[in-house]
Amino acid sequence: MKMLNLSANPHIRDRISTAEIMRDVVIAMLPTAIYGVMQWGLNAALVIVFTTAAAVLTEYLYELCMKFPNTVKDWSAAVTGLILALNCPPDIPLWMPVVGAVFAILVVKQLYGGLGRNFMNPALAARCFLLISFAGPMTKFRGVGADAVSSATPLALMKADPAAVQSLRTLFLGQIPGTIGEVSKLCLLIGALYLILRRVISPKIPLIYIGTVALFTLLFGGRGFDLHYVLAEILGGGLIFGAFFMATDYVTGPITPKGQIIFALILGLLTGLFRLFGGSAEGVSYAIILTNILVPVINEKTIPKAFGREGEKS
Amino acid sequence: MGISTFKGGVHPYDGKELAMGEAIREIRPKGTMVYPLSQHIGAPAKPVVQKGDKVLVGQTIAEAGGFISAPVISSVSGSVKAIEKRLTPGGVMAESILIESDQNDEKIPGFGEKRDYKSLSREEIVSIVRDAGIVGLGGAGFPTAVKLSPKEPEKIDYFLVNGAECEPYLCSDYRDMLEYPERLIGGLRVLLRLFPNAAGKICIEDNKPEAIRKLSELVKSEDRMEVLSLRTRYPQGGERQLIYAATGRKINSSMLPADAGVVVDNVDTVIAIYDAVCESMPLVRRILTVTGDAVVKPGNFRVPLGISYQEIIDAAGGFKEDPEKVISGGPMMGVPLFKLDVPLVKNSSSILAFLKDPVSAEPTTACINCGRCVSACPENLMPTLMMQSALRKDTARFTKLYGMECIECGCCSYVCPAKRPLTQGFKEMKRRVNAERRAAAMKAREAEGKKEGEKK
Repeated sequence: MKMLNLSANPHIRDRISTAEIMRDVVIAMLPTAIYGVMQWGLNAALVIVFTTAAAVLTEYLYELCMKFPNTVKDWSAAVTGLILALNCPPDIPLWMPVVGAVFAILVVKQLYGGLGRNFMNPALAARCFLLISFAGPMTKFRGVGADAVSSATPLALMKADPAAVQSLRTLFLGQIPGTIGEVSKLCLLIGALYLILRRVISPKIPLIYIGTVALFTLLFGGRGFDLHYVLAEILGGGLIFGAFFMATDYVTGPITPKGQIIFALILGLLTGLFRLFGGSAEGVSYAIILTNILVPVINEKTIPKAFGREGEKS
Repeated sequence: MGISTFKGGVHPYDGKELAMGEAIREIRPKGTMVYPLSQHIGAPAKPVVQKGDKVLVGQTIAEAGGFISAPVISSVSGSVKAIEKRLTPGGVMAESILIESDQNDEKIPGFGEKRDYKSLSREEIVSIVRDAGIVGLGGAGFPTAVKLSPKEPEKIDYFLVNGAECEPYLCSDYRDMLEYPERLIGGLRVLLRLFPNAAGKICIEDNKPEAIRKLSELVKSEDRMEVLSLRTRYPQGGERQLIYAATGRKINSSMLPADAGVVVDNVDTVIAIYDAVCESMPLVRRILTVTGDAVVKPGNFRVPLGISYQEIIDAAGGFKEDPEKVISGGPMMGVPLFKLDVPLVKNSSSILAFLKDPVSAEPTTACINCGRCVSACPENLMPTLMMQSALRKDTARFTKLYGMECIECGCCSYVCPAKRPLTQGFKEMKRRVNAERRAAAMKAREAEGKKEGEKK
């Protein structure tokens, strides 16, 4: 008889793998990516392909040079590349998001130790890096349809002119200026629903985050009890995309149940602050990467008591 | 009141259909019987026979080595061949008594005599259980007589019979409940006599409706018993989870169930108590499931203790092909075997043999902090953070994260998408912490001794 295998318990394991989870995230972003390409045309498609390819290739080459195990197969670099691409304006010069992808993978992810070690969402950190470096092209958006000229996003319009609130239907379906992947709330929510049904994400963080932004806008928006305005704030920018696809990033979010609530509340407060009182009409990306930095503290302060030890002092 | 379940846990493929329909069969041993002196938690037993001695079925061959200990009883008649170190299913070498069976099954006088438990006092019942060598047969192997003697027996309000059998593949407790329900209830009657204020609850997972139906029917005529149906979820049969599900009370690693007014015993243990008290049969046999895709004829067996695993596997038709992995116990908490020439001991609950072992060689990748382990942990722990401390061997941090509350159930490793060996890390850390605590206690005692010496 051949030698019997030995290993510690358990001797059976669930089939789920990191690659499967990451692949699900990519699948969930496909509807909005396809919508973006259909609405914005060829350049949007090229941005998506080149940025994702650049992210994957950077990871591959870095690991090759460093003689690290190749982790391209786990799909995480593809997720980063795709999120970054969907966060760029449709007419951006191609090389910019490619530089961003290299920055995301090389600086934010790999230099901190690779998958699971980065303290900031790599795609968002790269987006903010691009926003600071190339403020012009990163904030130049295009209108939809016949008036295919440079146009402000619904949030920017509303900020400049309180009367410029668009129809919720237009905002929900995504016939508005914005980044490639953030405009169609319908497609984003289809993807989010897929992730929730596949149990890749829990709706807890997104719902608390969005709810906090809604409440903040209602209280400090200065328009009284105007639900249409509140909904326009929620649907008009990157909040839905950020809440379901970036605030739910495992690596850069808290792991304790209470910590996740606190994390989502802070996200909502910061986003509200940035949007209503900041210089820009958007605030999701900065809110998320700033709160990412707080995660270790949030975790540490919210470690739950063990079963049967609830009454004890820690 | 109980809520019939607990928070966390997992629900793996249960594989019970392989052997669930197989009636319990008896096996007559052929080869030499091996009885390790340590088949329980506590001090090893002390041999009371010598090489060459003649022994009978039911005869004590080693007596309890302390208060928390249990005697060892011969399950065959024959002669003592040797007392030497032998490999046990747990993977350690342990001093064992070897008996060559004479195949006559000659029993000690009084073996199998009926006895009326109502004529026995509390102390008499506990001492019968102790002398019968009964320990927890669910897997832990804690001496039952100790469990049955809490300081204040009248303060026990629940006696739980653990029939959850939450480990996948295992179904011997189920067969016990189906085939010997009267003995189970008889045993519970004896136990309820020990605990005058306790309600007896037979706790069964709801994937065993036949057993629930049969026992519910039988307890109708008993005034202090009921059957409790629990949600099917691993580790429902974990002591702390079971107590919580059945009573709503919580215990932790520094408490005994009795501290919460509860005593728990496994199905086969309760039947062993019935056999010992009502039919004068000490613990010489136990029930186990032999199953897995490598086994020709999976089934349930009542086997004499001391028989070799190989003989039991042969009785189940042997292997279809050489298995990659053989496990003593369930797939979630069992111990892998590297040799099949080990004896059946009191806490061997099953033998599983798998043709393929996809787990041992699975590559481990980086933790992505997904939190699946956190949701699965029935003890409400933070396995990902604990693992960081385990990798640094930081015992202080590990204990601060309540690492010592880990019950080693395996749920965290089971759900981990990065295939990290979390449970293994925690088992090692728990041992490390316990070793540190022992060393500190020893140092304290030495310092105390020095002081005493100086005084003199």
